[in-house]
Amino acid sequence: MESNHIVTPGELVESNAANILPGKGVYKKDGKIFAKVLGIPRKAGRVVSITPLRGKYLPKKGDLVIGRVVDITLNGWRVDINSPYSSLLPLKEFPAMVRRGDDLSKYLSIDDYIASIVANVSSQNIVDLTMKDAKCKKLDQGLVFRINPLKVSRVIGTGGSMISLIKQKTNCKIILGANGVVWIQGLPEQQLKAMQAVKLVERLAHVQGLTDKIKSFLES
Amino acid sequence: MFINKESLLKMLDKGLRLDGRGLLQFRNLEFELGVIDTAEGSARVKLGNTEVFAGVKLSIEQPFPDTPDEGILMVEANLIPLSNARFELGPPSVEAIEVSRVIDRAIREGKAIDLKKLVITPGEKVWSVSIDIVPINYDGNLIDVGCLAAMLALKNTVFPSVDENGKIDYKHKTNKTLPLREWPVIITLHKVGKHLLLDVNEHEERLSDCRLSVAVMKDNRLCALQKGGDKPLTMRDIDEMLNIAIDKSEELRKKLEVYS
Amino acid sequence: MAYARKDRGLLEPRPITARVGVIENADGSAFFKIGRTAAYAAVYGPRDLYPRALQNPRRAVLRTHYNMMPFSSVGERVRQGPKRRSIEISLVTEKALLPVLELEAYPNTAIDVFIELLQADAGSRAAGICAASMALAHAGIEMKDLVAAIAVGKVGGELVVDLEYEEEAFEGEVADIPIAMIPSTGEISLLQMDGPISKQELLKAISLAKPVLERIVKIQREALKDYYKSV
Repeated sequence: MESNHIVTPGELVESNAANILPGKGVYKKDGKIFAKVLGIPRKAGRVVSITPLRGKYLPKKGDLVIGRVVDITLNGWRVDINSPYSSLLPLKEFPAMVRRGDDLSKYLSIDDYIASIVANVSSQNIVDLTMKDAKCKKLDQGLVFRINPLKVSRVIGTGGSMISLIKQKTNCKIILGANGVVWIQGLPEQQLKAMQAVKLVERLAHVQGLTDKIKSFLES
Repeated sequence: MFINKESLLKMLDKGLRLDGRGLLQFRNLEFELGVIDTAEGSARVKLGNTEVFAGVKLSIEQPFPDTPDEGILMVEANLIPLSNARFELGPPSVEAIEVSRVIDRAIREGKAIDLKKLVITPGEKVWSVSIDIVPINYDGNLIDVGCLAAMLALKNTVFPSVDENGKIDYKHKTNKTLPLREWPVIITLHKVGKHLLLDVNEHEERLSDCRLSVAVMKDNRLCALQKGGDKPLTMRDIDEMLNIAIDKSEELRKKLEVYS
Repeated sequence: MAYARKDRGLLEPRPITARVGVIENADGSAFFKIGRTAAYAAVYGPRDLYPRALQNPRRAVLRTHYNMMPFSSVGERVRQGPKRRSIEISLVTEKALLPVLELEAYPNTAIDVFIELLQADAGSRAAGICAASMALAHAGIEMKDLVAAIAVGKVGGELVVDLEYEEEAFEGEVADIPIAMIPSTGEISLLQMDGPISKQELLKAISLAKPVLERIVKIQREALKDYYKSV
């Protein structure tokens, strides 16, 4: 990544914005486009936007996220999904039948990790989760760690190639949350190796020939 | 980083830690002396991702009535919210007070400073040595890192000059150093399941059953102890922890050889 | 004889260094040093805000906290805990940063900014503002611009830029004017003064700050880009 491609907030992105539409991360003023977030400018058709380099995960409907149960309420479980907004998994969105008056900690207790899907984000950023999907489950074993949510797509790789490579070479189960939370389960040594590989991809996301580098790391 | 206890224990059974270290291995150590111009002595120590500044301020005070012929020593750890999302604004937390007091005991009881040599007029005027420990990034093991930073800052301390009226002129430092005569090193060992861990990070600290901090002097005698955590220790645990602490204190001293 | 400085011109700031990403735990962080004055800033957020009564459904709540580390001052140890001076500086720092921040992008959350002075030799609030604005940008928070700050003033009858402690304590009249500016618009978001000065001189002093603040913002932008160069 060339640092001269990076823009900082307040920097000019386009000096003549007559035919340009401001997208994400930019604003228009006096016929010019300026950056409002640290990142790399992109142009798609007439739209100029900025791909941010860092920032919190903002929940989107349909995203698979990994979260930690932080509270149990009458209506369900409050879950920390590594975003500015805490979210709720309502009783009816838990895959098993939960009876009225049951002790909810029998199903999920505080500090448990779950893979879940963002079911809805209200205009006030109230987030509802669901676990009624084959991809969702309680994550009992293994280890959980965070990476930059903006680097998740790089870890997945083109058509899932990178993540498949790591899974295959380490024999680990891996779930990548869109929120930058990663879950890995396998044998102790393999688990560690898979975690190191994911972190390596995160760190070297911009490097050419990354797949080969990761392959030789996993085989070393 | 999160791992539940069960999975962590499985890894420890294989001698593995989350950052790839051995169970009794330190994280990478960096240190630097004389990093704060406004202090009379200072140091920065970084062990893994725990990074700490220690600064020494000297002043002239009235001695405590029960020790009229001794200078004053004060140690304070400041767990500022800048260094960890878990820390809050406000008066010192229980955690901060424990860290301060354990480091204070190691330095005081190890007789690191000859406090008798800090007397100006017995019963009236003595030098007071204030050591402040401030982490800028907290990732576990603050007692050990804080004590190390405090001792390096003391090594680096010089007296300011004093004018004819007995007032300190802080802008002009002399080349007179503190009367140091011992160098206590604290080694904290954590017990997780049946395993003993050295230099824990914040996550391991959270899953720890209990810990023992051991302050070791140059001749391997001990000068302070603190048992922490919810679970008890067996006599065998204690024996083993003391042996490891003595070994590891020597290892740490070697890394600092330039200054001892 | 007119007032002169030993080691730099009257309109010359002290040497500056700036870095970001200095505090691993924080969402954004920065270090800003000018002469012997050095400030760390950490941003945590946007994050969940409890109790809920503190939340604002229209925008994030910005909470700024300025503090001097106990050993950061020449002379006596700085006692910790809330003090009138730190509370006021926290307030004006927050107001200096607010105009550039797009807080509407993060309703119901808190953005916490912690500024800690490692060592202070005058100009500490300005250094804190410079560090904080870099830390906010480093955290990826939406903002229209960075904010740069410096003190200008009048010492020994001369207008000067970037006063140091010796000058604040100069015998005779001294005016000390910390200023923060939003570079892309030229607007002023912090303006304080203590000491006597005429209206004409004040306006002149503010105009002298402008080229220096433009230099500072360049250094801030470089530091943000350098972080990604070194990775």
